Amino acid sequence: MKIEIPELCLVMMMGSSSSGKSTFANRHFKSTEIISSDACRAMVADHENVRDANDATFEVVHLIAEKRLERGLLTVVDATNLQPEGRKSLVSLARKYHVFPILIGLNLPEPLIQERNATGRQLLARVIRHHHRQAKHSFRKLKKEGIRKWYELDTLEKVEKATILRRPAWNNKKEEQGPFDIIGDVHGCFAELRALLEKLGYKVTKHRNRERNYGYTVLPPKGRKAVFVGDLVDRGPASNEVLRLVMSMQKAGNALCVAGNHDAKLLKKLNGKNVQVKHGLAETLEQLAIEPASFIEEVKKFLSGLVSHYMLDGGRLVIAHAGLREDMQGRMSSTVRSFCLYGETTGEIDEFGLPVRYQWAEDYQGEAMVAYGHTPVPEASWLNNTIDLDTGCVFGGKLTAMRYPERELCSIAAKKVYKEPSRPIVPMQIEPGSEPMLSLQDFMGRHTINTRLRPNIVVKEAHNHAALETMSRFAVNPRWLIYLPPTMSPSETSTQEGYLEHPLEAFRYFSQQGVKEVICEEKHMGSRAIVVIGKNEAAIEKRFAITNEGIGVIYTRTGRPFFDDKNMEQALLYRLKEAISNANLWQELDTDWILFDCELMPWSAKAQQLLKNQYAAVGAAGSLALNTVEQVLAKAEKRGLTVKELSNAYRAKHEQVHQFRNAYRQYCWEVQSLEDYRLAPFHILASEGQVHADKTHNWHMDRIEALCDQDNILLATDYKTVQLDDTNAIQEAVNWWTALTEKGGEGMVIKPANFIQQSEKGLVQPAVKCRGREYLRIIYGPEYTQEDKLKQLRKRGLSHKRSMAIREFALGIEGLERFVRYDAFSKVHQCVLAVLAMESEPVDPRL
Amino acid sequence: MILQITTTKPNARQLGYLLGKHPDRVQEKSLSFGKAHIFFPEANENRCSAVLLLDIDAVTLSRQQKRNYADSFQLGHYVNDRPYVASSFLSTAIAKVFGSALNGNCKHDPALVEQPLPLEITISAVPVRGGLSFLKQIFEPLSYKVDAQSTVLDEQFPEWGLSPYFELKLQNTLPLRDVLRHLYVLIPVMDVNKHYYIDEQEIEKLLAKGKGWLENHPSLKQITNRYFKRRQSLLRKALNSILSENNDADCSKDVKEETLEQKLSLHEQRHEKVVTILKQRKVSSVLDLGCSSGKLLHRLLKESSFQKITGMDISLRTLEIAKRRLNWDSMTPKKRERIELLHGSLTYRDKRLEAYDAAVAVEVIEHFDLPRLSAFEQSLFRYTRSKTIIITTPNREYNVLFENLDPEKLRHNDHRFEWTREEFENWSKRVASDYGYQFYIVPIGPEDEEYGAPSQMAVFTR
Repeated sequence: MKIEIPELCLVMMMGSSSSGKSTFANRHFKSTEIISSDACRAMVADHENVRDANDATFEVVHLIAEKRLERGLLTVVDATNLQPEGRKSLVSLARKYHVFPILIGLNLPEPLIQERNATGRQLLARVIRHHHRQAKHSFRKLKKEGIRKWYELDTLEKVEKATILRRPAWNNKKEEQGPFDIIGDVHGCFAELRALLEKLGYKVTKHRNRERNYGYTVLPPKGRKAVFVGDLVDRGPASNEVLRLVMSMQKAGNALCVAGNHDAKLLKKLNGKNVQVKHGLAETLEQLAIEPASFIEEVKKFLSGLVSHYMLDGGRLVIAHAGLREDMQGRMSSTVRSFCLYGETTGEIDEFGLPVRYQWAEDYQGEAMVAYGHTPVPEASWLNNTIDLDTGCVFGGKLTAMRYPERELCSIAAKKVYKEPSRPIVPMQIEPGSEPMLSLQDFMGRHTINTRLRPNIVVKEAHNHAALETMSRFAVNPRWLIYLPPTMSPSETSTQEGYLEHPLEAFRYFSQQGVKEVICEEKHMGSRAIVVIGKNEAAIEKRFAITNEGIGVIYTRTGRPFFDDKNMEQALLYRLKEAISNANLWQELDTDWILFDCELMPWSAKAQQLLKNQYAAVGAAGSLALNTVEQVLAKAEKRGLTVKELSNAYRAKHEQVHQFRNAYRQYCWEVQSLEDYRLAPFHILASEGQVHADKTHNWHMDRIEALCDQDNILLATDYKTVQLDDTNAIQEAVNWWTALTEKGGEGMVIKPANFIQQSEKGLVQPAVKCRGREYLRIIYGPEYTQEDKLKQLRKRGLSHKRSMAIREFALGIEGLERFVRYDAFSKVHQCVLAVLAMESEPVDPRL
Repeated sequence: MILQITTTKPNARQLGYLLGKHPDRVQEKSLSFGKAHIFFPEANENRCSAVLLLDIDAVTLSRQQKRNYADSFQLGHYVNDRPYVASSFLSTAIAKVFGSALNGNCKHDPALVEQPLPLEITISAVPVRGGLSFLKQIFEPLSYKVDAQSTVLDEQFPEWGLSPYFELKLQNTLPLRDVLRHLYVLIPVMDVNKHYYIDEQEIEKLLAKGKGWLENHPSLKQITNRYFKRRQSLLRKALNSILSENNDADCSKDVKEETLEQKLSLHEQRHEKVVTILKQRKVSSVLDLGCSSGKLLHRLLKESSFQKITGMDISLRTLEIAKRRLNWDSMTPKKRERIELLHGSLTYRDKRLEAYDAAVAVEVIEHFDLPRLSAFEQSLFRYTRSKTIIITTPNREYNVLFENLDPEKLRHNDHRFEWTREEFENWSKRVASDYGYQFYIVPIGPEDEEYGAPSQMAVFTR
């Protein structure tokens, strides 16, 4: 006997004790797929035959089954399953997870089972007899219990010869990788469909012989395939021609199509079922009336072959007429089919007497992109990685296609209004302030984030808690926070006398990673500032769903507002906005918002408290005390005590305190007005539809230079590119660094020429800083340059810092990529929160 | 970092005997945290002056303290004022270097120990919390003449103001032993910090070094409090020991504690009001949002009509404290069934909070940045949607009546705003209409005719 089961289903074994269920299951299924009630009973009660442990046993069985089905794994329940109640609860479990319940029953002759029992488990003979009778009677009840498919094996031969065939689900076309052209609801608009296909590069030939290929031959652009989201028919002028065209394409393997509610209804009508001829069905029937009966038969075959939804491209793309929730994707049940065809309604009726649709896409957080139609909207737009492609062509709108994976939209305007819509077509809008809030449950506890650049980044629970606290108590509106910058590691510790850090170590690191070219950028000593800026408030509202918070925001590396004074922030942003307009950057990037990574000076503007309480205080204490010490030592020396060495040592200390004070003073100036600030952008991180991490740093620097020319409040960053095999260029860069840092500069940042650089071992550090000798005094203390102190300080480990830098970088880029492709915002927030969590890992803050 | 002791007594060089150091030698002593240098910049019969100069190695120091992992990563450990100031390091050095003088021993001439000497003490740099007035407050009752020179933080940035450091000069005529004891105790008191972990042993030290002068000092309590870095348990024990030896001491509570008590009672009044309203509303499950260390939870547990009590806070540390205060681990099972503690945030939607009769947020909203308050509103009024929601917040108008509060400032460092009665009422009105609630406002605490009550409460119902 051939037992055919879907690749994902719930298999129940049924049969008397000792009938050979476990042997059968073990022969045909993986051991991990089988949940044995005997094994579970032994686990909860130490023995396979403890009857009073039944409830506990099945609680465990169900729990395991539930966890597996939730993950979409085939599950076999190996229990007697002789009680209807037991079977029913498994059926409802299968329903809950939208999988088919299948039963395999062993109904062998009683003597055979009695014999096995006698040598095996040795239950009472009457127990076996009772089991056997129950099994026999159960088969009659299965259909009523909702078990669609069962197999009865009543001879030893059948048991021995049974084979199990797992067939892929109809909706599983994961091996189809595209590229695709996904086309919205056509509704009989044949002319627009043909024009759209031609615009997309398909060659459409109409045959005189209407029998040939249903009357059309379509030649797609190389490798491409059209995908229809359903509702080919009704309302429009030529549903019959649309069917001919799509059927010919499907037959030739150039198109896929899922069922729409109108298609399903047409099929019912054609099959002679009683349906109301409303909502444009009459037009379709009229158009089909002129078609030959043989074609109508083909249409029936075509329509009945339409599946509810497709999983394409390895599961990354889902096509369903009315969209599909994540937990139903790839599953099969009548609930799933009904959701795909009709969507879900809230139960309310709107002012036009139509049911109010539940906006499933608002809450969508799935990994897969969902393309759908069903609800006409004026413009196809992204929401949480889903897109509604029904742009109401038949209502006088347009017919829209989305190219996948390019995510480009392409459309043809309707030639006329074929039908007045029964309710006005409005954008799927979320009332301002009523967009769903981020849900805490999505961010709690330990979790793992898969990023494109680095798989499986673990966020530990304790760090995550700290991040949640920071985010809740101090951060700006989380909708602004699409990015937090990664930490940056210093270069390896230098062993050159008097130095802790030196550019040669950084060059050596990148050389060893196989990097050929690096860029050295001057490091400004200010505070890290992330800038989100929009062309205007409307652009911000549209893209960030933030109202009344200005044209942008400036936040710190931990997501806090940079300015206490909101007016000052907005004034600075307006200056930046003007500069962007004058530098034509909006046009060049084809965007109305930009995210910049910047340094904002002076340091004292943000770090006033730190400066006063820490740096200035240490300097003041040192100067005060060492003055007294020097006087006293001078006296002692004068009266002839041998304090020469002591005097020298303390004079040196005094001089170092002096140098220390000079070091921090460089980065301080008083801020009285906007003019006293300097903003130095150094990355153009993202703009509409793009993360600019695919460009070289030179690309960024060029554009930023042009931008900074527009306004002197903007400060361009000095930089040099260095070929790592050119010793002269390296020497030049070292000299440049020395000159910069001796003038009091903080130092420089060395980056691979490419924003993202991989080596054999994985990601290369995106940037390494190399700080100046004087600057490091404010990090390591006034006296750190003494060789004995340096010797101690050189024992510093960089590996943890570097690992953090890589993880945070990968998370930062991932968050941005999710944002620009309109993933659910919670997916973006997850990355941002993870960066913040990494930042609460304890690591030497001096690095 | 430097202590200079000068005497102008006849035969001034006898200072060397007292300190056990030869005035013509330069000596060095190794200490756990660095080195001490001892020398006499002046040493004639009319005037003799001894110097204790410390060389504290900040880098070694911070590397030694790796045990205390998180702490050793404080940026401050390398860029640190400790090498330059007179702190508990100096007290330790006095004990190690001038131990015999501190304990009142003098091998050469025991008679000198009790003898009052004209002494001048110079210490630099002294970090003082409370400035010159505090210096006078602690030294003048011991009949010192106090002269302290303050400095600016940075002469290039005069707008940054004064530094907390002084060069301190003291003059007095006292036995050297007494002066050293004063310094030993009072140096860390000025700074309110200690470089080592303080435990019960610290009480012994204080009793020994403070004997004979501390018990009658008018600032006894403040000195002791600072000496133990404001650790209340040690403070109480020490005061008991000191005062039991001296019954005349002033036992009355100081001003600070009184204000503390007033606050406590205001807090209790809030809680009583909350409980009364919850009982009126016949509530059986309550959420305490921002439960902090669990005072209200404790109060709610006493009412058996509340069958489910859940406290939530954003800080895990605070929740740990709440658990301790509530005796979490030894709670009876019946009680334990009624209470739950959650870590969570009020700026997110939280499904766990969605089935409670009432939600209470006592003195919570003022901790949100105003633009973020809308997130709190949504979380509470749109999702949690309890039938009764109680919110309390300070009444800003009342601040003028607080004596110790700068009228420009808010009551707490972390308060992002404080509202007048009108502002609170307007907000409540708007929220109630946006989310379909009714509301009324109740004042909490003694009402002033002009400024109202110190705190205000809005009760939302639907």
